[in-house]
Amino acid sequence: MIARVIVTPKPVVNDPQGITVKQGLASLGFREVSDVRVGKYIEVNLDTSSEHEARERVEAMCRQLLANHVIEDFRFDIEPEHKRR
Amino acid sequence: MKFGVVVFPGTWSDRDCGWVVDQVLGAELTYLWHRDTDLKGCDCIILPGGFAYGDYLRTGAIARFAPVMEQVGEFADRGGLVWGICNGFQVLCEAGLLPGALIRNASLEFRCEWTNLLVERTDLPFTSKCAEREVIRVPIAHGEGSYFADPATLSRLEQRGQVVFRYCGPDGRVVPGANPNGSLHNIAGIVNARGNVLGMMPHPERCSEAELGGTDGLKLFRSVADGALKVLVS
Repeated sequence: MIARVIVTPKPVVNDPQGITVKQGLASLGFREVSDVRVGKYIEVNLDTSSEHEARERVEAMCRQLLANHVIEDFRFDIEPEHKRR
Repeated sequence: MKFGVVVFPGTWSDRDCGWVVDQVLGAELTYLWHRDTDLKGCDCIILPGGFAYGDYLRTGAIARFAPVMEQVGEFADRGGLVWGICNGFQVLCEAGLLPGALIRNASLEFRCEWTNLLVERTDLPFTSKCAEREVIRVPIAHGEGSYFADPATLSRLEQRGQVVFRYCGPDGRVVPGANPNGSLHNIAGIVNARGNVLGMMPHPERCSEAELGGTDGLKLFRSVADGALKVLVS
């Protein structure tokens, strides 16, 4: 199984990277951009065939290490590895 | 009084801290490797600045799992003195020994400069040599020192007087212009509720000798050393 984890700063946390990228996009003419948040993308390969089990394990990984609950939110998808892009 | 300075792969301020303890303060010093599983009888553990484990994932996120940190956690639970400086503060937050987190500076810049700090607690083992509401001059050197905590945590910290150092002007006024990194409430350092675990972004070890431009940092090292003497005597 492969888990694709996305970690983003919580909405209440100031994201200076996002603000700077938004300003950069505006200066390139993308004036319709109302907000940008910069986060992290993490791929985790798991030796398990059970999607349910993988989901539980990845959830625990996110809570214990991959995201810091004080400042970050996380979400993830799980797919069989042969579908790997 | 024995100080233990923890060294993770990527720590850079361990020798600076060790120099102050050993050469300036004249106290007993030992270095603790990240794999050590005993604290060698130290009375105060310093987690120094740097980039432990390259700051991979998040600052302090991997250092928290070092074998030595399990001992540091137990030591703190028993009331032992733990002092996190810069990266050490980030490690203490990740380890849950202090609340909140340190995030990217609001300016996105690595800031390396002198700051003024208002000392708001002088009843702690770390600050007993400071005068009430003294302003001390201590340099910072960090890219991720912006203190963040949710509103409930922040108001709890304020109510319990756990904010020890706040960025201020030379006159002691806590103003936005004195805040180098966007920290909430200009927070530069906090202590746990029990008062034995201190985390601070500024570097007192870099201003403990006149040759380095200031000696205010030495007050903190002296506070720890003298406080321990009092405990031994009483």
